[in-house]
Amino acid sequence: MNDKDGQNKMNNIDHQSLTPPRSEIGLLGWLRKNLFSSLSNTILTVAAIGFLLWLLPPLFEWAILDSIWMADSRKECWAKMEVPEGAACWAFIKDRLGLFVYGFYPMDQRWRVDLSFILLICAIFCVLYEKLPGRKFGLMFAIAFPFITGWLLIGGFGLELIETDKFGGIMLTLIIGVTGISFSLPIGIILALGRRSNMPVLKSLCVMFIEFIRGVPLIALLFIASTMLNFFLPPGTQFDLLMRVLIMVTLFSAAYIAEVVRGGLQGIPTGQYEAADALGLTYFKAHWLIILPQALKISIPGIVNTFIGLYKDTTLVIIIGLLDPLGIGRASLSDAVWAGLAKEVYLFVAIFFFVCCFAMSRYSLWLEKRLSTEN
Amino acid sequence: MDIVNKSQNKERSVVSRLWNNKDARSVIIQILTIALVFAVLSIILHNITVNLAAIGKDFSFDFLGHTAGYDITFSPFLDYTSSSTHFEAAIVGLLNTLLIAFCGIILATIIGFVFGIMRLSNNWLINKIAYCFVEFTRNVPVLLHILFIHGIVIQLPVPRQAVNFIDSFFLTNRGLFIPKPEWGPNSWIVGLCFIISIAIVFILRTWNKKQQEKTGVIYPIFWISICIMVLFTLGSFFLTGMPLTWSVPELRGFNFRGGVSVRPEFVALWLALSYYTASFIAEIVRSGILAVSRGQNEAAGALGLTKSRTLQLIVIPQAMRIIIPPLASQYLNLTKNSSLAIAIGYMDLVATIGGISLMQTGKEMETMIIVLLTYLVISLIISAFMNWYNRATALVER
Repeated sequence: MNDKDGQNKMNNIDHQSLTPPRSEIGLLGWLRKNLFSSLSNTILTVAAIGFLLWLLPPLFEWAILDSIWMADSRKECWAKMEVPEGAACWAFIKDRLGLFVYGFYPMDQRWRVDLSFILLICAIFCVLYEKLPGRKFGLMFAIAFPFITGWLLIGGFGLELIETDKFGGIMLTLIIGVTGISFSLPIGIILALGRRSNMPVLKSLCVMFIEFIRGVPLIALLFIASTMLNFFLPPGTQFDLLMRVLIMVTLFSAAYIAEVVRGGLQGIPTGQYEAADALGLTYFKAHWLIILPQALKISIPGIVNTFIGLYKDTTLVIIIGLLDPLGIGRASLSDAVWAGLAKEVYLFVAIFFFVCCFAMSRYSLWLEKRLSTEN
Repeated sequence: MDIVNKSQNKERSVVSRLWNNKDARSVIIQILTIALVFAVLSIILHNITVNLAAIGKDFSFDFLGHTAGYDITFSPFLDYTSSSTHFEAAIVGLLNTLLIAFCGIILATIIGFVFGIMRLSNNWLINKIAYCFVEFTRNVPVLLHILFIHGIVIQLPVPRQAVNFIDSFFLTNRGLFIPKPEWGPNSWIVGLCFIISIAIVFILRTWNKKQQEKTGVIYPIFWISICIMVLFTLGSFFLTGMPLTWSVPELRGFNFRGGVSVRPEFVALWLALSYYTASFIAEIVRSGILAVSRGQNEAAGALGLTKSRTLQLIVIPQAMRIIIPPLASQYLNLTKNSSLAIAIGYMDLVATIGGISLMQTGKEMETMIIVLLTYLVISLIISAFMNWYNRATALVER
């Protein structure tokens, strides 16, 4: 009894809450906790600071402080520096920027590429921004987008025809990337459903296709596209190289998407299938309304990773002679006026790919978080 | 009139009855699919024969026995000359592919685990450095990494001004030169002793496990095994009179002689593929270790296991089950990415049989079939191993 009273008394006393010790909060506390919590941690921190001091200031000086932005040739660039070859010569990239973006697209027709870029941004906005009024039309526009842009870039029907071997640079990367992404998702979903089907013939066909594509390197498939595909077609058919590459890249990433979506489908509890059957839904309605929305939701990270992989793999086309930014860069390096500036070219192309791919992966993380809180 | 209508109705109802029956419909769809596939295949086959006949080519693998007539700069396992056959060129290419895959997998695993553990460090700076490396590396195409590293490697100094490590490792623009071990006559005894020591350690471990289950006593078995292996191997090495000499590379004229020389293309491809794949492995390792639930750690603590034994017996075995499957698919990716060797002139499978042999003989179909089948076999072996591993380590639930 006494004990209980004592406890009550204790609880009734108002404690003056003390502030934590100075060394546990604020900047000091953060430093202690995250950098100097023990002897080994302190050693690691010092080593890391040493590494950063060794790496970053020279890099900053090379890339920004001492770099040259105005010059007409490599010689002029190096003449302007205190130490020849001691800093970046961004004048080169500036000089070749048109080539990097448009490839060999004719000068007077470049507005068509610009318009396509703008349409691409609109289409991406329509797909990604869900609160857009009249989003249905937006989505229809996004579906029509590849065809509109195809007409805009290649020409015909009132526009001047442009050969696809004039395509190059960032524009080519975006063409291959966007086409691959937008066509490989539906094909991949069909393949995944085929692989999960209980019809043995369909199932084994899908398995064979998926495993074959996943088992061989993309470069071998691109070689097939560039050397062998004409043998498969009726005699005399001339088939555009870019088109062949697009087909191969799409099939390649469709096989990977199929595996990701299959993982998602396997994650759906059997109860969902049974409930859809109990409601009397047909196979297509059950998948369209019940199964796929859930399965695709779980597979978003995998799908975006596949897209990032596809986007990076577009660089492989330089091996069969198409000129993406990397190819343009290497071609420019063989130009006597600018030769020897490999670091600048590689860094520029690396930053371009990094920005695109990092943005995609961040978006997927954000989407994943948002969708998971809805549940 | 009436009768005709009736029979039509009846017929239609047979078709629609068949279509509405689940089993019958599935049979119909499958028969149609088979017919379609065969139709497409026969059209393609027909096109191939017509097209090949039109340009006067035949389909045969005879060219494999013909003289290849080109040099391969890097053939560490076989004696290959330009008078060897296309078949030998393909074998050299395959061995080069396997070599780069093997070396790449080892280095990528080491770098990947180091960065994965750095990502888990509670030291903020180390964590962020690893994060920046991983994100930057894996968001840039692997071909760019390969070309970049190749650009650096071929700009290394000439042999006369080689980058020198303790007078035995030399890094030049002609490649990496390392000492080569040369085993003396009695060296097989050392090898035998090493194998015997492994056998003893194995027996000791089995005994220790039994003893632990019986009495609960734990011996420091790890250190004991290390001691046994080192003592046995070093002891036999000294007793047989040190039958090992090193052939150290030496500068003669414009290049190095002796030792093992590694081509610059190999060095570039090896480094680039390794750190690129390592950035993916780091994420796999990190998520694998994070996936082991806290409760497991706390339960181990409650049972009184020490920190190192918790790691060894509880965390690592469970993390490995999550890590291994994606790890194997990264190994497969590395093997397939090694085909990018063609961009910098490393002679792998695609560059030999699928590149120069294809150009010289004009046998697109045959050479590409060989390349595709070889890669398929490699990846089927790896996925067979994967399936076996998944089955062996799957959680057994009631």
